[in-house]
Amino acid sequence: MKIVVCIKQVPETAEVKINPETWTLIRDGVTSIINPFDMHAIEAGIQIKERGSGKVTVITMGPPQAETALREAIAMGADDAILLSDKAFAGSDTLSTSFILSRAISKLSPDMIICGKQAIDGDTAQVGPEIAESLNMPHISYIRKIEDISENSIRVQRLMEDGYDIVESSLPVLLTVVKELNEPRLPSLKGKMAAKKAEIKKWGPSDIEADENRIGLKGSPTQVKKIFTPEVRKDKKMIEGNPEEQVNNLIQELRRLKCL
Amino acid sequence: MSVVVNREKCTGCEECLSSCPFDAIVIKEGRAFINEYCQACMACLSVCPEGAILEIEEDKLTATDIQDFKGIWIFAEQRAGKVASVAFELLGVGRKLADKLGVELSAILFGSSESEAEELIKWGADRVYLSKDKIFERFNDEPYARLLSSLIRKHRPEIVLAGATPIGRSFIPRVAVRLRTGLTADCTALETDKETKNLLQIRPAFGGNIMATIMCPNTRPQMATVRPRVMKRGQYNENKAGEIIQVSADNISSRTKVVDSIKETSTVNLQEADIIVSGGRGLGDPKGFKLLEELAELLGGAVGASRATVDEGWIPYSHQVGQTGKTVCPKIYFACGISGAVQHLVGMQSSDVIIAINKNPDAPIFNVATYGIIGDLYEIVPLLIKKIKEIKEHGEAK
Repeated sequence: MKIVVCIKQVPETAEVKINPETWTLIRDGVTSIINPFDMHAIEAGIQIKERGSGKVTVITMGPPQAETALREAIAMGADDAILLSDKAFAGSDTLSTSFILSRAISKLSPDMIICGKQAIDGDTAQVGPEIAESLNMPHISYIRKIEDISENSIRVQRLMEDGYDIVESSLPVLLTVVKELNEPRLPSLKGKMAAKKAEIKKWGPSDIEADENRIGLKGSPTQVKKIFTPEVRKDKKMIEGNPEEQVNNLIQELRRLKCL
Repeated sequence: MSVVVNREKCTGCEECLSSCPFDAIVIKEGRAFINEYCQACMACLSVCPEGAILEIEEDKLTATDIQDFKGIWIFAEQRAGKVASVAFELLGVGRKLADKLGVELSAILFGSSESEAEELIKWGADRVYLSKDKIFERFNDEPYARLLSSLIRKHRPEIVLAGATPIGRSFIPRVAVRLRTGLTADCTALETDKETKNLLQIRPAFGGNIMATIMCPNTRPQMATVRPRVMKRGQYNENKAGEIIQVSADNISSRTKVVDSIKETSTVNLQEADIIVSGGRGLGDPKGFKLLEELAELLGGAVGASRATVDEGWIPYSHQVGQTGKTVCPKIYFACGISGAVQHLVGMQSSDVIIAINKNPDAPIFNVATYGIIGDLYEIVPLLIKKIKEIKEHGEAK
């Protein structure tokens, strides 16, 4: 079973500030981590490999320092890593990002692709399904449990708003996973050694034969027009007094809100 | 690039069938036919002894082409045949945009009935494209994406909106790839640019710490998923007339299959709740959630939780609100014993009203709270429950 896991390096906290003059994100002093949902994707890949046989390749697109994220994935137990990094990739929106990733992944002809359900910085949840469509592959989103895998099919539980669906698919397939699926392991000592020695493949546009009109800013139909900080609440109010008074006060507010 | 068969030249010899790695060629009426599985790999071109398979340049959109795209579409998702509430919200914002741009508003409904389509008209749609095909009864990404993209290709709307729900966020990206156009996720506001008439798509990023305005100026349609519960429904008009157009789903198949749908009765739908009562580590004990459940039930709301309580095993993950749980925006959010780590705040700070109850006056939750109560939740919440019960029984608290 050939498994490809797509990961993204993201800033550690969601506490990102904006430079008010340049409208760019201030990333200084913010450490980078593997997107939390992608940790569950890596774990899922390793578990499938351990159940049978196979190989887990992690792939990311990002700046050169995203290599760190790939080495962390190898330390957890991934076998191989590919870094898609080039100036020409910069400024890609989800459409061109998924195009670039799908070009690279098609060279690996995997049986399964696993992604986290979304990245915590962009929060779009679009790149996974877009990769699947670009590769003409079925996909299933929000996997909370893998019930069964055979050589050419899979049965999973897909989280929905009011419960879950049991979904079957042929392979190859792309899955996006939620946190409930598993508990990501810590790197082993052996894994850390492997990560240190591992050779990370670095691919640019020519390695994946990507049409220059479909990558980076040129290949991105969406444009960010403006970035701004949301308005802060103006109506803040502390409710003082003893518990009796506080509750009476709160009841009044709830009635004003027509909640009671 | 796309690949087509010249039907005059094709002899139906079937030589090309095995050359296709995607099984995208079928024989129809004695001629080869290339279906939507085609990835334009060109493998079949050299195989054809008649030279009947050709590649053609896809039309690039020019400024005049963009003018050709007219009308607003909303995708009305259904569950068990019934239109989901997010569809009526989309009709609300869709109607406003349509009136502003002077165009028609259409709704797309798959796997439902005429009576549901009528409802969409009464809520503001001028036209409903309805497919009653059985393949759409349960949600599978591929058939949904296939039919929606072929309808868009045929009718050329300028804007397509869908709910940012598990269904919309899963299959709409496939539509965007098929049409090679832009898609903006989880918008909380939609406006139009005064000069260009382009759609301004406003969405939170970095967990709501920043807002971004996104445009899609050079491709059509402009597509966005819209966060549920943010947009207001429009006017319901019992007498409004509209057109229902039946759409067939011939030749559409699915490689995924929903075998079963299981409703989890214990989990209330957090994303659709008007009121959420959430608990954090300050509960001190899993039993604390019993108290919150009582309050939630009295108010007709749902119970939420911080990550810490889920990690402790006090309550299932489906209740978790925050960065690695659910993003919610109810009318009222009670945060009981939740300190307000940024990972929690990003999942609930867009709620209309936030009521925070916490012992620690320095807890960051008070920074986002509309009403802050510094106190012991085990004193405040039971008292609150008692008074609400009195109001419900006597119309007045004692």
